[in-house]
Amino acid sequence: MSNNRLSLIWKGIIKENPTFVLVLGMCPTLGTTTSAINGLGMGVATMAVLIMSNAVIAMIKNFIPDKVRIPAFIVVIASFVTVIDMLMQAYVPSLYSALGVFIPLIVVNCIILGRAEAFASKNGVLDSALDGVGIGLGFTLSLTTIGAIREILGSGSIFGLSLGIADYMPLVFVLAPGGFLVLGFLMVLFNKYLKK
Amino acid sequence: MEYFAIIIGAIFVNNVVLAQFLGICPFLGVSSKVETSMGMGAAVTFVMALSSVVVWLINEYVLKALGIEYMQTIVFILVIAALVQMVEIVLKKASPSLYQALGIFLPLITTNCAVLGVALLMVQKEYGLLEGLIYSTSTALGFAVALVLFAGMRERLEFEEVPKAFEGVPIALITAALLAMAFMGFSGLV
Amino acid sequence: MESSLKNMVLVLFTITLLSSAAVGGVYMLTEEPIAQAKELAVKDALAQVLPQFEATTKQSIEVNQLPIVAHTATIAGETVGYAVESISKNGFGGAVRLMVGFDTEGKILNINVLEQKETPGLGTKMADEGNVLLASLKDKNAAEVNMTVKKDGGDIDALTAATISSRAYAEAVAIAYEAFKVASGAQSKAGDVTTGATKQEGGQHE
Repeated sequence: MSNNRLSLIWKGIIKENPTFVLVLGMCPTLGTTTSAINGLGMGVATMAVLIMSNAVIAMIKNFIPDKVRIPAFIVVIASFVTVIDMLMQAYVPSLYSALGVFIPLIVVNCIILGRAEAFASKNGVLDSALDGVGIGLGFTLSLTTIGAIREILGSGSIFGLSLGIADYMPLVFVLAPGGFLVLGFLMVLFNKYLKK
Repeated sequence: MEYFAIIIGAIFVNNVVLAQFLGICPFLGVSSKVETSMGMGAAVTFVMALSSVVVWLINEYVLKALGIEYMQTIVFILVIAALVQMVEIVLKKASPSLYQALGIFLPLITTNCAVLGVALLMVQKEYGLLEGLIYSTSTALGFAVALVLFAGMRERLEFEEVPKAFEGVPIALITAALLAMAFMGFSGLV
Repeated sequence: MESSLKNMVLVLFTITLLSSAAVGGVYMLTEEPIAQAKELAVKDALAQVLPQFEATTKQSIEVNQLPIVAHTATIAGETVGYAVESISKNGFGGAVRLMVGFDTEGKILNINVLEQKETPGLGTKMADEGNVLLASLKDKNAAEVNMTVKKDGGDIDALTAATISSRAYAEAVAIAYEAFKVASGAQSKAGDVTTGATKQEGGQHE
């Protein structure tokens, strides 16, 4: 049984990786990955919302009439996003201002509504929370990787630590085109080596 | 002049898709044909303009008046979702032909983060009602411009042979990178 | 579950009510930490842009219809400098907020970027140590500097490829200097402040 649960987490990282395989949540993926730390912060914030909303939706799914399912899910998700928003503003203000409008936009991240609809509304509380952990980890890993690559190539540093090569690096990687480019090529690599 | 700067800024310089990364999902999803991308662009423009007015009024006269601006995210997304539903119903009754053209795109708009993003940015920038309307309409036009251009490129790509691992989304993203680079040329404009 | 009008309304209403209650609760819990975090950021910035001081008083001054907060730093009642929280709304990605420190004569001591949403790697350089914007302003008397970028005929070196960000920075410093003139004039009761568009408002707090 526990093996089963573990695979629930594992599949979110590789087989159903939200970024490279499901191609969901592209806006924050591109918009916040100008540095590794921003990508990591966004990933963790999204994961927190995903775990909580998945668990709560699994809990209340039996009381929700079918026709108002989506609005009810959106209210639950939006509440958790607002909570995360306020907590980040209070305890990690610099990260909060770096991520800007993308924190409230977690609401419309298709990953979260997608998992609520596809998984949490059919499974138990624990499994749904674990699914949130798995998908959330996959998302966080992808964002951190993209952020790290863009930071190294664009500003010559990693997690804010200068590598002393900033002057030789093409700035374009931290700008908008670099985001598309890095994500595109990472997807190619993922397709070629990890997806079976 | 200031309005002109907002318009040019929102369409070209700070293009919502190519510079701000909002609305990427429909940008990648509904851009394989020029015709459908035009429909999507029109639907988004319509909803964004309408929602900016409604959201502005609600923010100003309900949220600010009650001192509960922290509820912005929840209230805005519900307003947008409700609005999209209403537009769908009204359009179905009032203009079946327009409904046929735009109808299938409407449900997709609720989860288009550009709509919520623009509503939040408009409030953050403390625009007035008219400025907000101009800002959101031109942002939506910027979305439509990017979408149609991108669809044109993808229509051509269909006939090219791409390496297998590049097929689909990856090559689309790389194409988008080139388009974004071209749009950076506008950055000295405002 | 089967949908009927009654249970749909009931369920949605209950969910909305519970969510609002939860969000409201968290808001009350985080209100104070958020205020503290903001205050801490201001305190850090004050320490960076001012010489040693014991206490500060703040006042709000209106410049170009923007409410600007000016801090007066004192040691034993003697004014040692001023720090102005200034803002320009014309940055590339939104508002640029600066903390500008002046000595009593109007010399710019240091500038700290409180908030900016500029393009990473271009406009964000305004917050780096020793950037050209800061270098062309630091230790100069604000009265002798033409507060526009060189491209527009002024004295300030712009950041490479970030003219809009640089203009916003220059504008915020110019606004800070206007507020400084009001604050220092009010403090020494010189009474000959010719700031035109500016007017004092609010008076002292704390």
